[in-house]
Amino acid sequence: MTALLDVKNLRVTFETRKETIKAVRGVSFAMGREKLGIVGESGSGKSVTCRALLGLVRPPGTVTADHLLFDGVELRQSDPRHLQAIRGRRISMVMQDPKYSLNPVMTVGEQIAEAYRIHARASRSEARRKTIEMLEAVRIRRPEQVYDTYPHEVSGGMGQRIMIAMMLIPGPDLLIADEPTSALDVTVQLQLLAIMDDLVQQRGMGLIFISHDLNLVASFCDRIIIMYAGRIMETCPASELHRARHPYTRGLLNCLPQIDTPPGALPVLKRDPAWQDGTP
Amino acid sequence: MKSLSLNNRVTGQGHGLRQWLLSNAPRSRRQARLGRAYQAWLTFSQNRLAMIGLGIIILLVAAAALAPLIAPYPPNAPNLSVRLAPMSAAHWLGTDELGRDILSRIIFGSRLTLYVIVLVAIIAAPVGLLIGTVAGYAGGWLDMVLMRGTDIFLAFPKLILALAFVAALGPGIENAIIAIAITAWPPYARIARAETITIRKADFIKAARLQGAGPTRLVWGHVVPLCLSSLIVRVTLDMAGIILTAAGLGFLGLGAQPPLPEWGAMISSGRKFMLDQWWVAAMPGIAIFVVSLGFNLLGDGLRDVLDPKAEGR
Amino acid sequence: MGVGSQPSAQGNRAWRYGRKLSTLVASVALTFLGLLFVTFLIGRVVPIDPVLAAVGDRAPAEVYERVRIELGLHLPLYQQFFVYIAKVFQGDFGRSVLTANPVTTDILRVFPATLELATAATFFGILLGIPMGVMGAVHQGRWPDQLLRVVGLFGYSVPVFWLGLMGLLLFYGRLDWVPGPGRLDVFYEGILDPVTGVILIDSALAGEWDIFRNALAHIALPASILGYYSLAYISRMTRSFMLEQLNQEYITTARVKGVSERAVIWRHALGNVRIPLVTVIALSYGNLLEGSVLTETVFAWPGLGFYLTKSLLSADMNAVLGGTIVVGAVFIGINLLSDALYRLMDPRAR
Repeated sequence: MTALLDVKNLRVTFETRKETIKAVRGVSFAMGREKLGIVGESGSGKSVTCRALLGLVRPPGTVTADHLLFDGVELRQSDPRHLQAIRGRRISMVMQDPKYSLNPVMTVGEQIAEAYRIHARASRSEARRKTIEMLEAVRIRRPEQVYDTYPHEVSGGMGQRIMIAMMLIPGPDLLIADEPTSALDVTVQLQLLAIMDDLVQQRGMGLIFISHDLNLVASFCDRIIIMYAGRIMETCPASELHRARHPYTRGLLNCLPQIDTPPGALPVLKRDPAWQDGTP
Repeated sequence: MKSLSLNNRVTGQGHGLRQWLLSNAPRSRRQARLGRAYQAWLTFSQNRLAMIGLGIIILLVAAAALAPLIAPYPPNAPNLSVRLAPMSAAHWLGTDELGRDILSRIIFGSRLTLYVIVLVAIIAAPVGLLIGTVAGYAGGWLDMVLMRGTDIFLAFPKLILALAFVAALGPGIENAIIAIAITAWPPYARIARAETITIRKADFIKAARLQGAGPTRLVWGHVVPLCLSSLIVRVTLDMAGIILTAAGLGFLGLGAQPPLPEWGAMISSGRKFMLDQWWVAAMPGIAIFVVSLGFNLLGDGLRDVLDPKAEGR
Repeated sequence: MGVGSQPSAQGNRAWRYGRKLSTLVASVALTFLGLLFVTFLIGRVVPIDPVLAAVGDRAPAEVYERVRIELGLHLPLYQQFFVYIAKVFQGDFGRSVLTANPVTTDILRVFPATLELATAATFFGILLGIPMGVMGAVHQGRWPDQLLRVVGLFGYSVPVFWLGLMGLLLFYGRLDWVPGPGRLDVFYEGILDPVTGVILIDSALAGEWDIFRNALAHIALPASILGYYSLAYISRMTRSFMLEQLNQEYITTARVKGVSERAVIWRHALGNVRIPLVTVIALSYGNLLEGSVLTETVFAWPGLGFYLTKSLLSADMNAVLGGTIVVGAVFIGINLLSDALYRLMDPRAR
């Protein structure tokens, strides 16, 4: 499988007057057109890693890496137009909460149409048509009506579907989903995941799924990366998660109650300070 | 501006008093209070602009207090032989149309400026505080009535309302002070009310009430001290505006009457000679500008220390 | 939960609108009434006897008594207040002692000049202030931001009348770039038929371009001086709003979509900043009405501010109170307008 994305030794550091934060410390991984899950707790650097890929890390943050190759081309280039061509068209990202990630003063349809028109020289009417098609693809009923609504008028689940539509309409090869279901009700979560799964399969895309929910990622993704304190602790196929070896992963697994867990208190994860420094 | 971070300064060599003030485990309320004040001072003093503001204000107070000592000439000594003289070694800022030394008049004028702002602050702030806390604490129709009244005063442009009052009361510095104070209290009432409403719901108020504290004690002892910091910030920032309003009234001839060296009035009398003897009108304006600037800088600095969540005007 | 547009939802919305509107109207009416009350009280505090002011101090007793009854001063205080309110709503502010005209006529004559000045100043503030604020936010900490801070600081510390004088000194006295005080050169006065009272509009309508240019030259300096304060305020607020918006997630979304940085700033962020900015601009306009009192005095600009000042110095209470009420009413009106605009512009508030 040719690597769609090849990351080697990615480091992201934030330097403020008070302190220096090393958010990502030497992360390396590669992926093809598969579903890759990145799991970690808050502060593990999982979001920052993906934002670095899209050039979204702004000063005082600095990004260094041996290479960040997407489809063989280095992502970090001085020409801003290069990045603009990549964003949306080849890699895009769905964020956590549509309440905040959608522009409150533009109609939903306009925002999706904008995503289309940036990368395809299309007329307004054609963009509108494509938008409605896309809204149908994310299983929104009455798409013409929804086109003219504003973000505050739609529910969370619908908002996320709109985000997915907006991010998939330019036809990217890689979709990054940064905790896409964390702000949703459990029932709506599964629906949303099903829609995402379908679309990603249909289009033969790669998907990076970031979450703190180990079970969710295990059931949804093909491979899992586990991050802690800016480093990768372990990588394994989803089917073999229960045979993970790194103590951090085992610790996480042990925190989750299973149906056949013996009664009593769940073990508390003990953090080994060695994980902060050592690379597995 | 390179300065050591607060931590470095603190954990470094601590001697006696300093260490006592910065200790993490104060053993009395007084120690805790003084310690907090000292820390606030440390943060404040790192802000260079705020220190400049403080310096200007100190200069103002010093000028007002020591006026007879530092002014080279008496403020009201006409000397027609040197009228409208330009800046020179004898008269650093020149003389006005009656030959009076402008520098001395500005120095003595600082007393009037201080007089105005102190009185306005003393009148307007407590009134606003009282109305605001009562409205916020009592709630209900009393709140509505008081806030409606506040809104009415806020509906007037301040200078115009002050003008109308002075028109009614007659010109003079005391009337100007009253007029300005009447227009200055509404924002304080609003701030006090907002803070009171937030604090009123706090658990510690309920606890105090359970212990038998009556409303007066609750408001005075608990609510008011917490309102104080945002109020102080606002009052300081308003000072600049009050100085400008007072100068405006003076310019229109409605404040301190001649021959008092009120800065606004000095600009007005210098207006006739603007084109040729520009210093007569320019110098008092610079004084007004510097003092207002001082209060603005000081207020900004205080806001950063005491009330960081308050957003810019 | 989907999108609802059933008839009952629409009816519901209309009902809510109606209620909001009536509360708004009641609130405004109450504030205005309060304004009248305050001016009424101010009028009563005057140490001058209004009857004497009207008839002179050598009038015989019957004339004094007659005028006293005419002015309604024999009625109890609350009744006087009602009469006062009735008169105000009829537009009767009494007669000016100075000009012997009804105050209303005077005000209608002078007010357009103030409007012209305040509007020109606001344009100045908007045209320069918004881009400055945007640049300050985008280049936070660097020189555009520092410049903005300095401009803002000066705007809050420099007295407007002094700045006007210094401006006259420099641009009129020394550089001769602008003509002197007043709205027009004496040469051009009295030629135009006042249609709106705003010389720039009237001269353009009449095709009198010489007059237009002259009026423009005369308004340039006072509008810039007054506009400076508007600039300071608007740019500061724009910067603060922009910083707030640029930190929002939807800006990241826009960047992820591939929107150019320029469009992110000027279309997405500014599109959201516009909304609270409208309120700021309205407030600024109100503040300028205040500032115009002093500016008009410096530039001999025959507007409401100048009128107020002159009336004040002659203790012409009818004129002063009339002017105060008008300014207060305009203030209230502007706040209402900005509120309405806000509701119109923000889809979340509809």
